[in-house]
Amino acid sequence: MSVTMCRRFSASIVKKQVVAFTGLFFCLFLVGHLVGNLLILVSPEAFNKYAHALVSNPAIYAIEAVMTILFLTHVVLALKLTRENRKARGESYHLKRNTGRGATFMSDTMPYTGILIFVFLVLHILKLKYGTYYEVTYDGLVIRDLFKTMVEYFRNPLNVAFYIAAMLVVGIHVSHGLWSAFQTFGFNHPRYNGFLRKFSIIFAMVVAAGFMVLPIFCYLQGAN
Amino acid sequence: MSDIGLMNLKLKIWRQKNMTTKGKMVDYKLDGVSPDSSFLEMIDQLNEELVTKGEDPVAFDHDCREGICGMCSLMINGMAHGPESETTTCQLHMRKYKDGDTIVIEPWRARPMPVQKDLVVDRTAFDDIMVAGGFVDINVGSAPDANGLPIGKGNAELSMDAASCIGCAACVAACPNASAMLFVSAKVSQFALLPQGEVEKDQRVLNMVTKMDELGFGNCTNAAECEASCPKGIDISNIARMNREYLAASIKAH
Repeated sequence: MSVTMCRRFSASIVKKQVVAFTGLFFCLFLVGHLVGNLLILVSPEAFNKYAHALVSNPAIYAIEAVMTILFLTHVVLALKLTRENRKARGESYHLKRNTGRGATFMSDTMPYTGILIFVFLVLHILKLKYGTYYEVTYDGLVIRDLFKTMVEYFRNPLNVAFYIAAMLVVGIHVSHGLWSAFQTFGFNHPRYNGFLRKFSIIFAMVVAAGFMVLPIFCYLQGAN
Repeated sequence: MSDIGLMNLKLKIWRQKNMTTKGKMVDYKLDGVSPDSSFLEMIDQLNEELVTKGEDPVAFDHDCREGICGMCSLMINGMAHGPESETTTCQLHMRKYKDGDTIVIEPWRARPMPVQKDLVVDRTAFDDIMVAGGFVDINVGSAPDANGLPIGKGNAELSMDAASCIGCAACVAACPNASAMLFVSAKVSQFALLPQGEVEKDQRVLNMVTKMDELGFGNCTNAAECEASCPKGIDISNIARMNREYLAASIKAH
């Protein structure tokens, strides 16, 4: 790779496009993750079998590795861009206000919501994926009873509150991020801009609300 | 003349002797400001008082004072060119303020645009970006006959909209990241949308963006504060155009 090529692909715009691409990937992942997990509403068996199908797939390690790489790329590049942005201002303003016609709470807090999501994700994987291991037998097949792990974890209302708060943060991050990714790739058209911005917010709200159902449902199951 | 309606103001202004010394906010009281005066005339009035007292007047950029030159550049109460949309500082009038108001006045803040003195910043960085590609370098002949060169109405208008940028750098000042994307994308767009500029559009976008990054401007986070602060109402669809043209050009180049 030539030096010019290196420089070209380390340009601000390309870095942003990589963040946008990985971000869009995780928006799709959220949909898949949500739809799969909502099987918990069908029956514990459907949920456990779905979870088993995922982890028993031989491609799971490759998929997890790719997702980890995409996630770390998103985080590392976003942090690098944020650092550059801080540096670009130099001396800060004595007083700086938003016009009210541009930046929003969502766009202003992207680095912070991003960091919170990172922290959440580490805890999320540790507490559930690597949480207490129970077994259950369906038709003679012994598989993990992830449903039981979930119900136990969400018996604690603090955990429920933590998950709901985390999903709010995800919603805030995605509502700016999704629209922003399209703009970063150069998709901007007066006919679709309004739709796209509304779609981003609705998508974020639906995904966040959908995920909030899970801890609440598990809590209610545990209370019974 | 009756002094009814004249205002007494408290001003907090950034004072900095030169590029090497550290500056600070200094408080001033200014009495008898007419609501009909422009914002710059208000500072003129303050400066007259300062000069009379033998003090150093506040240095600030200004030229045409009719909203077209792009020289005036003040951060007023935290907003570039003040609170009104599509208005330069010189076109902002004191009738927007009330008697007893406190007004905070600062220079643009961006590392590539250092403060020279008080409220004056060095905007050479924009010239450097223009030198990197903001021109048409092929022989396009003399001025064509009207309608001799068929250009769609849509593109002609978009190009003219982009070309209305006056290079004041309010976009950089208002951007939470001190990014110059709105300025650069307006310049990239104004050329790329017309046949004369289209020929070199790939090289142009690569060179101008590379220069912009080199100078140390921040990265766009699509907050759109630039669009909201632009005195000429330049749209962030220009930034989208530059994003896709940069991507296409960097793929084509290899």
